[in-house]
Parts: sequence; structure tokens; C-alpha cells
Amino acid sequence: MKSIIFKSIFGVGILFMLIATACKPKGMQTAVQGDAAVKAYVPPGQYDEFYNIVSGGFSGQMSVYGIPSGRLFRVIPVFSVDPEKSWGFSEETKPMLNTSHGFVPWDDLHHIALSTTDGIHDGRWAFGNANNTPRIARIDMTTFRTNEILEIPNSGGNHSSPFITENTEYVVAGTRFSIPMDGKVDVPINSYKENFKGTVSFISVDKNNGTMNIAFQILLPGVNFDLARAGKGKSHGWFFFSCYNSEQANTLLEVNASQKDKDFIMAINWKKAEEYVTAGKAVKKTVRYAHNIYDENSHSATSEIKNEVLVLDPKELPGMVYFMPCPKSPHGCDTDPTGEYIVGSGKLAAVIPVFSFTKILAAIDQKNFDSEYDGIPVLKYDAVLHGEVLKPGLGPLHTEFDDNGFAYTSFFVSSEIVKWKISDLTVVDRVPTYYSIGHLCVPGGPTKKPWGKYVIAYNKITKDRYLPTGPELTQSAQLYSIDGDKMKLLLDFPTIGEPHYAEAIPAELIKPKSVKIFKLEENKHPYATLGEKQAKVERKGNDVHVYMSSIRSHFVPDNIEGIKMGDHVYFHVTNLEQDWDVPHGFAVKGANNAELLIMPGETQTLLWEPNRTGVFPMYCTDFCSALHQEMQGYIRVSPASSNVPLTFSTGAKMPQTEQ
Amino acid sequence: MKFNIFLISLLIFQLSCNNPQSQQNISPEFEHKGGQEAVQDDESQKDIVKIAVGSANHTTLVAALKAADYVDDISNAGPFTVFAPTNDAFGKLPAGTVENLVKPEQKAALQNILEYHVAVGTYRQDYLTDGQTIGMANGGNITVRLNGDKIIVNDNINVIATIPASNGLIYVVDGVLLPASK
Repeated sequence: MKSIIFKSIFGVGILFMLIATACKPKGMQTAVQGDAAVKAYVPPGQYDEFYNIVSGGFSGQMSVYGIPSGRLFRVIPVFSVDPEKSWGFSEETKPMLNTSHGFVPWDDLHHIALSTTDGIHDGRWAFGNANNTPRIARIDMTTFRTNEILEIPNSGGNHSSPFITENTEYVVAGTRFSIPMDGKVDVPINSYKENFKGTVSFISVDKNNGTMNIAFQILLPGVNFDLARAGKGKSHGWFFFSCYNSEQANTLLEVNASQKDKDFIMAINWKKAEEYVTAGKAVKKTVRYAHNIYDENSHSATSEIKNEVLVLDPKELPGMVYFMPCPKSPHGCDTDPTGEYIVGSGKLAAVIPVFSFTKILAAIDQKNFDSEYDGIPVLKYDAVLHGEVLKPGLGPLHTEFDDNGFAYTSFFVSSEIVKWKISDLTVVDRVPTYYSIGHLCVPGGPTKKPWGKYVIAYNKITKDRYLPTGPELTQSAQLYSIDGDKMKLLLDFPTIGEPHYAEAIPAELIKPKSVKIFKLEENKHPYATLGEKQAKVERKGNDVHVYMSSIRSHFVPDNIEGIKMGDHVYFHVTNLEQDWDVPHGFAVKGANNAELLIMPGETQTLLWEPNRTGVFPMYCTDFCSALHQEMQGYIRVSPASSNVPLTFSTGAKMPQTEQ
Repeated sequence: MKFNIFLISLLIFQLSCNNPQSQQNISPEFEHKGGQEAVQDDESQKDIVKIAVGSANHTTLVAALKAADYVDDISNAGPFTVFAPTNDAFGKLPAGTVENLVKPEQKAALQNILEYHVAVGTYRQDYLTDGQTIGMANGGNITVRLNGDKIIVNDNINVIATIPASNGLIYVVDGVLLPASK
């Protein structure tokens, strides 16, 4: 059957080609020259080759696109509340956004790190950073949901994060803002040089379940830590961080942090740091941070406040931290697939320096130091340099790699991607982006095994690229093919929030593991309703717990009476469906929070605090069935002094009295 | 894959026959649209390039920016501080210098000179200090001297006007800044 369709379409195609040739030869030529549309086209019903996990920037979320189509599949709520998915509104998810500052409903998610084993994508987890109130989130790639959020103490803004080591041993968190810490915090801002310090944290990731734990922090001079990459292969055991503001300015950084010709790339020997921790050289510091974990069996999160962290001081523990001079406010800091080359991108620099890991080791070995910076050795630039890419463009930001020895660097000011050869540092191709690219992504680009094929630009400015929508315009991604000698633009697509870093991973590494339903028999939620017969309403003082079930196309109970003014009504709704893609929603009139969106087999809770008497409708918000519109009910609220008994029912002519 | 190609072919050729306008819209061969300098926008404050283009005293600079393919770059969000030599300033260079620099084979040299006139960042006068060095886009540095209200660059070039732009600041200068040869 398929082959017949194929043949007939083939035939019709030829026919149209002939007609087209006859009527418009010029158009024909244009089309034949260009195969861009074909390359980005995924026919209806067919799958994309890659998942593209994209940071949402100031939206605080992560989004999931298909590549090459650019189709948006899902927005994963991470650091910002999402009333659509009840993230941060349901009782189960509220603890996920708890911090030492209390409940924080928004953040700014900049970077993605996909877990790797032996430096190659393993499709298990995606990590994201909260830039504002410093945190790291871990997303489970079987559910595409946020399962863990860990707050980072001693940090003023978690930008240099969440990059990972080769086997996901650690995810790192470097503070963008240095801050006063360790008790002495109420100090004049202009005592920056004296009192402000930076840290980078190494957060261990449990091999089996992914649980994060702050293994140690390294106390560092008060500069700004910007981006980072782990060493890999030969440089496994090292981590590289870009640092700017070595001027240590605390005001007008636009001018004052652009004074020096060179800032730093910092090289950390984390194996050495581990040795120091094992040898008991780390100091316990009292801090305060939240560690939030979501359990897919209880369908609930818990938030624990922790009070201790281990800190290593490189001034007293030599051989752990080195600085390498890097021109003009380095931003991107990227290691190539072999682990030999580290590319620093000074956003104000006229060259791209490429450092050699072999030379770094040699320089350290020979103590080939230029100077010290706040007690930390600074290696000689020329001693660690593989070479410079000369005049590559204006405003280099980030570099990704393919599997053929080429690097792709984004340039904000000159709005372009520049392809260059790592071995001889020659520029081989450049393409414009529309406009002002920030990050870029080659599938597998940060790993030991780039999947190649495409480079995706994430642009900060779109101006006239799309139909205008008033003053606020979409940000965008642009897809280019890189499988030929020349990069070629294939597709523009708009993005949610502001995309910063993104990763792309072959769909086959994730798709087979995708969860379809939560099993009811594994539902350990304390308020689960595992069958309609278990549905009930219980009063405990002013708290009323509604154990509610939902299945096509009714709630049990759907008539509730006896609620009184001042009550806190908890709707614990269990979706009894065990069928893929049949979520039920739940909303009740006047709710001051959100809806619930409950996956098959899951229990979620909405708190409702009515502010007036009356009868209030409630209904299913997710079009679940042909009788979705019938999936509704009422809840009656009476005065606090009323004698209306607490009753509940579904389908009964008269409400039953409470048992 | 053939399947995809023929579906696309079908779509494109059908449209190319019936509706040339639409065909143009979905054509997979993208025209180079130009960069941000090509954005049609008469509502916003003018950027550095638009101001320079509109200035009768900066026709040489604009011609040089075009020859160096920098019009797009300086239309970027920046922010930039651009030291913009007037036509007279270019006129002070030895005869034939400008004519030589705008030749295609001199593009790299021209770019280097122009980049020496551009700093990334808005260096407002009240942020400047006497003797301050500013890193320029070509990797070189300039030194600014303050004499009362006057700004002097690299000892002998005077800022003769200051023009705020949407993407930074223009200091109109009476001489061309020449980068140290490397």
C-alpha cells in the first residue's frame, strides 16, 4: 500500500515538474538550486531527528523543539510558576520553588547541560541553572519534568552553570556576582576588593537516581564567573571557567570592567580538589539552602533546608586552581571534543585565543607563571596558547564543535556564525544571523561525540524577521546545515522566552524511554483516590479534604455540600485513566491559584478558599473525551454558622449524608 | 527521503505555476536580506549608521564603512562609542590614502582602521577620566585626555561634537585615528 502511494506521489511530482517547467522555467531553477526547505521539512506524522532542549531565559523554563522542523513540543516548567501545569500552584509542586528566601516564583534559566556517560549523551537528565536566585534544576528525560532543584549558597547569581563533567560526576555552579560572605555580609558596596569573594560549587550527581548534593565549593577572588566547560578525554579531571571583571569593579561595569587587556580563564583540577576533601582539608561553613525533590511515586515534592557546605581555599591548597590570561572579558569557554583545546571568547576581543591542555600541564609543571592574582598563580599566556584565530569577527561569544575538527563561533556584534579549523586556526566560512546571535548549538557540540549535521543560532533580536507584535517581539532560532563545506540557512523559528544555551540530542536516545502513564498501583500519594469507591470528603477543623477521582467523563464526587466560609478546601484529584495522552484537568470558580492538569495515574491537589457563599461550578479543563463538556460538578458554600451537613455524591438523586 | 523531496517539489511547482507571489515566499533559496541596517524603521531613535548616513560631513566615513562591510555591524544593538572623523578629517590624510583604502584588496587594512574608531560600550563624557585608555574593536587602545569640556584623543585629535544615538554615542572628531602598525 505504502509503495503504491509512493509511486503515485512520485508520478504526480514528475507530472507537476513537467508542467512547472513548461510554464515557469525560471522558478524551477530557483527551486532546484535550493534544497533548504526539504532539509528542514518533516512530513506530517513523522518524527524529527533530534530533540532540541532550549533554555527559556527570563521565562525561567525549558522548551523542547524538534530539529530540523523547529516544531515546539513542550515547555517544561522549571523555575517559574506555570498555572497551566499548576507548577508552583498545586500543593505537590509548591515545595519545588522553595528557597532560603522562601517561595520564589520566577527565575532566569540560561543554560542546559544534558547528562553524559564517557563524554557522550546518555539521554537521562537535563540540567538547568537559575541565574537570579542561585539554583540548579534536574529534569528527568523520561517524563520531561523537573524532579529536583538545589539552591546554591555562597553565590550571587548562578550564571556559570550547570555544565557537567564527562560522566556527569559533577554539575558546576560558578557565581556571576561575587558577594560578601561567611558572616561578614553587611559591608559597604565599595569595599568590593576587600570583602567580596566568588565561589564555584561542584555538585555531585548520584549515578543511579541523579540526586544532587553539593560536594564542595572553592573559594575564589571576587571576580565575575561567566561560563564554564569540563575537560574531557585527556583533560578529564579539569574544569575551565571564564572570568571577567578582574578589575573588581562594583559599579558601571560597562566601562570599569573593560579596562584590562586580559581577564582570565580559570583552570580547576577537580580531582586534586577531591583529594583535598578526602584528606579533610575542606572547611565546614554554615550556610542555608533549600534542596527540593519531586517523587514520582508520591507525586509530591519535599523541600529540605540544609545548613552546611565544605569549602576549599586554593590560597592554602596549591595545585588546584590556575588562571590563564584571556583577552578582554571572556564569555564563552568551550572545550573541543578531544579535550585538548579550550576556546576563550572575549566579548570585546579582536582575536579568539585557543589554549592547549598539553601546554597548560607543561606550564604548570615548569611553574611558568606570569604573576599571581589574589594568591592564585597566573600562567603565562604564550606558554599555554595553541594559537589565536585572527580577526574572526566582532564580539565573539560561544563556540561549538563538529566531529570533523571544526569549530563554530557566534558573534553578537557582527551577527554571524564563523566556522574555523581548530588545527590551523583558519576561518573557512561565515554566515549572517538575523540578528545578533548569542549562543549556538551543534547537536552533541559540547560532548566527545558531536552528532553534527546542523548548527542552530539563538538570536537576541528579530526586529523585522517576523510579523510584528507590538513593541515586544519574539526571540528566534535559526537552523543551518553544516554537512557541506558551506553553512546554509534552512529555517527560522520563534522561541519562548529568551533562548540562551541549548543542546540537541538524537531522538532515539530519549524517545524509547518516554513515560506514557503513571501506574495507579504505584501511586503512593497520601491523598490518592485509587478507585471511585474510595472517593470521599473529610473535614478536619477548617480543612476539608476532597478525595476526588476523574475518569472519562465524570468526577467522583461531583456534588459537594457542607463547605463553610473560612474553610480551606483541598481538592486531591486522582486521574484514574491508565491510557496514554488522557490527562484530566480540574478548575473551580474563583480559585486564586490555577487549574490542575493531572496525568493518567497521578494525584494533584488544588487549594480553594472560597470568599463568598453560593454554589460554585467545577469542571475538567483538558478536552478528554466526547463528553468532556459534561465532565463537571458543583460545590456549595454556606455561611460559617450554617448547619448544612457535609455531603458528597456523583449520580445520586439526593446527596448522601456523611458516613 | 525521496518521498519528502517530491512532496516539496509538488508544493513548490504547483505554487510556481499558480501563484508566483507565494512561490517567492516559500522559495528555499534565501535572498541575502541585509542585516539590521536594512530594517525599515522610521519610528525609533536613529542608530549610529543612520545618523552618519544623514550627515553631509560624514560621506567619506559612510563610504568607508560600506567598503569595509561594517554598516551592518554598527547597526547592531551595540552599544558602541564611535569616533567619527569628518570629511575634512579624512582630507588631512596624505593624498590618495582614502582612495587606496577603499579598494577591495585593502579591505583588511580599512577594517582595521575603522575598528580602531569603535569601542564596544557607551563611553559618555562624564564616565571618562583624564588619561584613560579605551580598548577599541581592532584590539588596539586609544588614550583620552580631558581639558575642561574638551576631549582629546591620542594627543592631537579633538572631539568637536557629541551625538547620542539609539545604539550608543558618536564623538565627531577632526582627525582620523591611526592604529599602531603591528
